[in-house]
Amino acid sequence: MNLLEVKHLKKHYQTHKAVDDVSFDIQQGSIFGLLGPNGAGKTTLLRMITGIFYPDEGEILFHGKKFNPENDVQYIGYMPEERGLYKKMMVGEQTLYLAQLKGLSKKEATQKIKYWFDKFDINSWYHKKVDELSKGMQQKVQFISTILHEPKLLILDEPFSGLDPINSNLIKQEIFQLSKQGTTIIFSTHRMEQVEEICDHIMLINKGHKILDGGVQQIQQDFKQGLFKIGLGTMPNPAQMATWHFNIVETHDKAFTVKMNEDSTTNDILLHFIRQDIPVTYFEEILPSINEVFITQVQQTETANARLAAMPLT
Amino acid sequence: MEKIWLIIKREFTTRVRKKSFLVTTLLVPIAFAAMIIVPILLATSSSEHKRIAVVDNSGLFDNKFPDSKGTYFKYLHDQNIDSLKQHYADQGYEGLLYIPQFDISRPSGFEFYSSGQASITIESSINKDINDIIEKKRLEMQGIDQSKMEGIRSNVEVTFKNGRDEKKGSSWVAYGVGYASGFIIYIVLLLFGTSVMRGVMEEKVSRIAEVMISSVKPFQLMMGKIIGIAAVGLLQFCIWGILITAIYSLIPLFFSPESMQAAAQGGGAMAQASHADQVEMIHKMRELVGSIPWGLIIPCFVLYFLGGYLFYSSLYAAIGSLANEDASDIQQLTIPVTVPIIIGIMIMMKAVQDPGSPLAVWGSIIPFTSPMVMMARLPYGVPGTVPYWQLVLSLLCLIGGFIGTTWVAGRIYRTGILMYGKKITLKEAMKWVVRKP
Repeated sequence: MNLLEVKHLKKHYQTHKAVDDVSFDIQQGSIFGLLGPNGAGKTTLLRMITGIFYPDEGEILFHGKKFNPENDVQYIGYMPEERGLYKKMMVGEQTLYLAQLKGLSKKEATQKIKYWFDKFDINSWYHKKVDELSKGMQQKVQFISTILHEPKLLILDEPFSGLDPINSNLIKQEIFQLSKQGTTIIFSTHRMEQVEEICDHIMLINKGHKILDGGVQQIQQDFKQGLFKIGLGTMPNPAQMATWHFNIVETHDKAFTVKMNEDSTTNDILLHFIRQDIPVTYFEEILPSINEVFITQVQQTETANARLAAMPLT
Repeated sequence: MEKIWLIIKREFTTRVRKKSFLVTTLLVPIAFAAMIIVPILLATSSSEHKRIAVVDNSGLFDNKFPDSKGTYFKYLHDQNIDSLKQHYADQGYEGLLYIPQFDISRPSGFEFYSSGQASITIESSINKDINDIIEKKRLEMQGIDQSKMEGIRSNVEVTFKNGRDEKKGSSWVAYGVGYASGFIIYIVLLLFGTSVMRGVMEEKVSRIAEVMISSVKPFQLMMGKIIGIAAVGLLQFCIWGILITAIYSLIPLFFSPESMQAAAQGGGAMAQASHADQVEMIHKMRELVGSIPWGLIIPCFVLYFLGGYLFYSSLYAAIGSLANEDASDIQQLTIPVTVPIIIGIMIMMKAVQDPGSPLAVWGSIIPFTSPMVMMARLPYGVPGTVPYWQLVLSLLCLIGGFIGTTWVAGRIYRTGILMYGKKITLKEAMKWVVRKP
């Protein structure tokens, strides 16, 4: 079931199209990665999904019904990239306030705060002012106040910025945990290694357009370039390597990276070595990292745009 | 609605809990008390006794100067004026009055010596006394009877009454009350306006704004802050009102026992006299204060405070939403909001002198200046000086005005609060007013 369906969403500013005809669906309980370079329109898109902006065109369906910001915001937890807390307010009061604004009663909120503060072992911060905490500690408080009301849709914009590896990991575990419990998560970032690790599904946008949308594994399959790494017991002499099935891209210590030619199969490659009695120690496909896909795709759209712009006006 | 209530509560409690709130709330009534008590004390206190030496070569003034208010005249006969000039201070005199022999039809050559500049009171009272004595002498010489002259003299004081109920009034009190309330509104608009602006800037700079706006509408956030701060202001006014009324009713008590004590300790006639003066002054003051229609002034003050505050604070909120990390741009951006307030106080100062002039009338109707100008006119009387239609029109314009400014400000605010990094000009901000969100 889709928790969120976005259809032909458009948002134009005076000078540029921040989001131009973007559609996508997000399945309930999945972790959806929203990727794009700076200025791609990620924040504008997220602001429309959180009801901060109204789209110029298109529609958003939340739980199968037309998104109604007035009511639906209580089911959404949003941690924006530009985030912060009231500096002079006490940590406990602050989380209580933010939870109440999401519609929780004081009693409920207090219980949940206690649960999470216990879990993160930060009870001693309750009566501290926010500006007495370090940046990383503030991020933890921010995270708790985002998820306190148990949102159905959790939107995290660069959630790990400013966190050390230990706290990053802590938050990451919480994200997985929430996802398992059925929370749908939109994860916006330009840190690709995290995307591969965390997300089930990604969407790449650039200059307001959707470039790519799909499961992480599917995308890797779609953009693979027929590269394999083959480990060998003894390195063959170059004369033995004449074949039309593959080209050697890189030579390693007792291994080659090869690019398979079209029309050939992996067995053709293996047979080539086996026939010449060269022992094969391992054989693996090299899939493109999301980072590579991201860079090539962004560059492609940029050059396409550049070409369009360079065309003489006739 | 529940959310806006939460916001109001937070804005209110965080401010009321601050130490600075307690300090200002208590300091103002104390300053007020000092403002009343100190002048009374100064005016009536029998300070030090001043002794003035009089050398009268004409013989006309012997024992004629009346001793009053701690000034005593000592008549020195057959003394050398030149040596006295050197030594009067050593002999314990504050000053030396020298009266030469003179022609009664052309008096001249009177001189007064003192170590420092003689005070205005001494200067004027000596001049008056000398002229009175000379006048009297001349009357005698013309053969005019003193009592006849008294019968001719006229000393009428017109009683100024206003309104249909012929209330006794004093334009001086109206002036004072008008000036004070107009000025308080001016201070309050600037003070609370900038307080709203700072609050908005804090939210933007500390990056809480977007977090908040994912839970509440920008307009709710803005109005919550504005109303919360207004509540702080009203609470402060209430406390001031209560404390000032208390101090005001306690002043007579404060004076009486002390003066009585002074009298009992053998101060004698002097202390008695000054006590009588004090009581009379307080009495007069109370009568004048009573001549002001407080039942009208106080509710109007609250209305114009709220109206003016809502009118300007939303504009200040909009300006605050344009702020960036470096607060220097803000100074420039506040000018268009601050200037009308300053124009308002300038019109107010004119209006309080001439409450019926066209400038005053229009200034008290146009909502940019009306909170200040109308408060300056009201103590002169409704419907005498300010007809009912002007008051009603002024209030309606103010209500319309703040609905307008709040609408405009809300539109600037909701865009500005989410704009980071780039410097925003006022021209750009005005475009947001007409743009879709």
